[in-house]
Amino acid sequence: MARKSTTQRVVVSTIGAWFFGFLIFFPILWMVLASFKTELEAFAIPPSFLFFHWTTENYATVQERSDYFLHAMNSIIIAGGSTLIALLIAVPAAWSMAFSPTKRTKDVLLWMLSTKMMPPVGVLVPIYLIYKSFGLLDSRIGLVFILCLGNLPIVIWMLFTYFKEIPRDILEAARMDGATIGRELVYVLTPMAIPGLASTLLLNLILAWNEAFWTLNLSTSNAAPLTTFIASYSSPEGLFWAKLSAASTLAIAPILVLGWFSQKQLVRGLTFGAVK
Amino acid sequence: MKHILGAVCGASVLLAVPAMAETTLTIATVNNGDMIRMQGLTGEFTKANPDISVKWVTLEENVLRQRVTTDIATKGGQFDVLTIGTYEVPIWAKKGWLVPLANLGADYDVADLLPKIKDAVSVDGKLYAAPFYGESSMVMYRTDLFDKAGLKMPENPTWDFVIDAAKKLTDKNAGVYGICLRGKAGWGENMAFLSAMANSYGARWFDEKWEPQFNTPEWKTTLTTYVNLMKDAGPPGASSNGFNENLALFNAGKCAMWIDATVAASFVTNPKDSKVADQVGFALAPNTGLGKNANWLWAWSLAIPAGSKKADAAEKFIAWATSKDYTKLVAAKEGWANVPPGTRTSLYQNPEYVKAAPFAKMTLASIDAADPNKPTVKPVPYVGVQYAAIPEFQGIGTQVGQQFSAALAGSMTVDAALAAAQSATEREMKRAGYIK
Amino acid sequence: MATRQTQFLARSLLTPAVGLLFIWMIVPLALTLYFSTLHYSLLDPGSEAFIGLENFRYFLTDPAFLASLQNTLVLVGSVLALTIVLGIPLALLLDQPVVGRNFVRLMVIAPFFVMPTVSALVWKNLLMHPVSGLFAWLAKLVGLTPIDWFNDVPLFSVILIVAWQWLPFATLILLTALQSLDEEQKEAAEMDGASAISTFIYITLPHLARPITVVILIETIFLLTVFAEIFVTTGGGPGLQTTNIAFLIYSQALIQFDVGSASAGGLVAVVIANIVAFFLVRIVGRNLEA
Repeated sequence: MARKSTTQRVVVSTIGAWFFGFLIFFPILWMVLASFKTELEAFAIPPSFLFFHWTTENYATVQERSDYFLHAMNSIIIAGGSTLIALLIAVPAAWSMAFSPTKRTKDVLLWMLSTKMMPPVGVLVPIYLIYKSFGLLDSRIGLVFILCLGNLPIVIWMLFTYFKEIPRDILEAARMDGATIGRELVYVLTPMAIPGLASTLLLNLILAWNEAFWTLNLSTSNAAPLTTFIASYSSPEGLFWAKLSAASTLAIAPILVLGWFSQKQLVRGLTFGAVK
Repeated sequence: MKHILGAVCGASVLLAVPAMAETTLTIATVNNGDMIRMQGLTGEFTKANPDISVKWVTLEENVLRQRVTTDIATKGGQFDVLTIGTYEVPIWAKKGWLVPLANLGADYDVADLLPKIKDAVSVDGKLYAAPFYGESSMVMYRTDLFDKAGLKMPENPTWDFVIDAAKKLTDKNAGVYGICLRGKAGWGENMAFLSAMANSYGARWFDEKWEPQFNTPEWKTTLTTYVNLMKDAGPPGASSNGFNENLALFNAGKCAMWIDATVAASFVTNPKDSKVADQVGFALAPNTGLGKNANWLWAWSLAIPAGSKKADAAEKFIAWATSKDYTKLVAAKEGWANVPPGTRTSLYQNPEYVKAAPFAKMTLASIDAADPNKPTVKPVPYVGVQYAAIPEFQGIGTQVGQQFSAALAGSMTVDAALAAAQSATEREMKRAGYIK
Repeated sequence: MATRQTQFLARSLLTPAVGLLFIWMIVPLALTLYFSTLHYSLLDPGSEAFIGLENFRYFLTDPAFLASLQNTLVLVGSVLALTIVLGIPLALLLDQPVVGRNFVRLMVIAPFFVMPTVSALVWKNLLMHPVSGLFAWLAKLVGLTPIDWFNDVPLFSVILIVAWQWLPFATLILLTALQSLDEEQKEAAEMDGASAISTFIYITLPHLARPITVVILIETIFLLTVFAEIFVTTGGGPGLQTTNIAFLIYSQALIQFDVGSASAGGLVAVVIANIVAFFLVRIVGRNLEA
């Protein structure tokens, strides 16, 4: 570390960072705690922070009532599948826009982003009718497809900004050496772009994981992911809080673990072009 | 690469489908307690009907409604049994979207269904849905607080009494509020309560020619009374409180009275969830002496979408889930207090049930006091107590609900809210062609 | 160095993406355009009739329209401002040497993983409720009157919830940008006697321009369609104080089941989104150039 970091400075910034980190994390912590309380305790005032009667009853109820693993599996397939396919389409597109830009590249990029601005609820009925006639309702392929298209603009855009940062001289040098464009793509560009790809993949996994409009409206039972699992635990009639907390904790657990293990890539790639 | 991925996904979809030798019913239902219990007892049904297997789609009410409506209107055919309310049944039956239930079996005993509930799920004398549980609304109150204040709740209170008691019982320093009522905007939220309350004040949604009636003195009295009552004796944050928020408040001992759905009675008397479980009394929703009480009527019911290829199996399931035997099954497994209430006369004649459920008598009386076919003091062209069973109502009710929640929050005067409600409703009714 | 061959290849590589997106855009758009000219209620199928621009007139003359347009802009603007203004100091703090940095970082990202419905329910019932919420309890503990969040400041409450969800995203992007900032440059500035403040203004802030652009563009896309948080907490009320365009269209489409006017509303929203995008690009678009 080039900067001098005195002990005092470390202590102050550690305390500060932990304080604000805790503050931001607190609502989630509170939710996780609620998942171990009884329904009555979850709402009790004054609230009990740690000294309440811990119970795993809510998790047992959730497991008994719904097939968590089926939903989690669907979530993984749908989120993972849509992100992978989106990457496969987006990498060449972003590459071509970053390295052979034309006058209209910027317009195309912005147009792609603007497709993302259409409110999904406005096109629900047309999409539902189309899906019905192709037999795609309640199928994982249908959900993969729609989430893939929904995320494509963002994937392309992120990759584009990321590719832009790859130093041109290296590509030029490879070309001088007589590398074909295919080889250039595979051997030169891809290794340099891996952090960017990884982080794009992760960000889109999170977006797809939490997508709660199409996944709720186009699935019934076979393809239903965790979003529908959650939707069966918040009820307008009855105390549901602790059970919903347990279900939510289960729903974010896989992605949180993934985030924990891959946060270096995530952090690195999230800056798109910002890291030189 | 794309093809490979597609193929992989395709294969996994195929693998997920079970062997199709049997009929698989997909049942869409709401995630309320009674339905969850039904889901848990599926095994009993499939044991008796080994050729039928059941798949559940259990969703939160609002999500379920949008999901089921989209599917039935586009003939998506995703569900074999639908859980719908008394609002949807007459509208959908008239559209020909539902299969009439004519083969429920000899021992089903249709005559045993509570007449008010049966009417609500029938069109032209034909049953289009089988009621799973029924509810009205009533006053739930804290007997300990009433005793302490020397007040006695009559069985059929007037609004004057309720308002007076609410003011007397409010002790804001101790965190006790005289009355908790719904305030969150929405046709099924604050408007369910306010429409029923308006009925008791002689108001109505529309006159015989479908003209909206928010410019009448009856509505003005209703809304003024409600807003003032909540200002004097209601909890803070009332304009975003719905059923659950009030349930949490009541269970935590913060409300002296709460007027809401009769099914809440089993929650507030359950010692596991409620701090005040053995201090709750029940009374009819208040009236003003005009002949109508401020209580609504609702029944979650099971129906079969028209065009279903599995209608026979579906009807078998519906007959099972709404039968007397099902009630006995739940009673044997979970106790009498947990059986689905409000659908059958025989249940209320069963001494075991009446003993186990202290709220049984008042629930039945409340259901009897509501009449969807004659909901108001003055005549109306619509069916429904806390709603008007026309397709446009959900949207109108939500808009009006927003205005009334603003009046409650104090960001709008009662007069302005009523005027805005009137013009919004007129606008929608003109567009729908009811009025010129 | 773009040869003709590379250009040809570039075009052909771009084609699948553009083609797919074009279909994705054009098919629903065409259908939406078509539906927007029909009287089409999902609850009354078979009664479809061509009514020209009536749905647009109806949607645009809705008294809720202007209010919701304003709410949408306020919501998007405030959340953007909050996440960036809070995100910069937070990122600066996390850029300091911190014991257990990985763990702190995960705590900061975590809100991004929670589904909007769930976080809205947590905030509404467990934190912000004026009687049974934690904030009210804390306020009473220090002798204050609890704030009646959704009654007195409904839109601000929604903004707070949404900002909490998006703060992690902004913080992370800014943090990584900071980590790449040239230490030597900063030290040179410090040696020249520049104060911490002027180092921040003249060196750090310009460096953050690009990541801030990224935050603004991506967040705007999602913030324009914020819906679940509103539906769960206030149902668009009290009055129209928390109704935004997305909620308005939702209530046409899935409460009213009026496909015609929801389609018209959807098209209006696209136009609004493009206007917003146009201005955004004017303001921040320079940073998109290499």
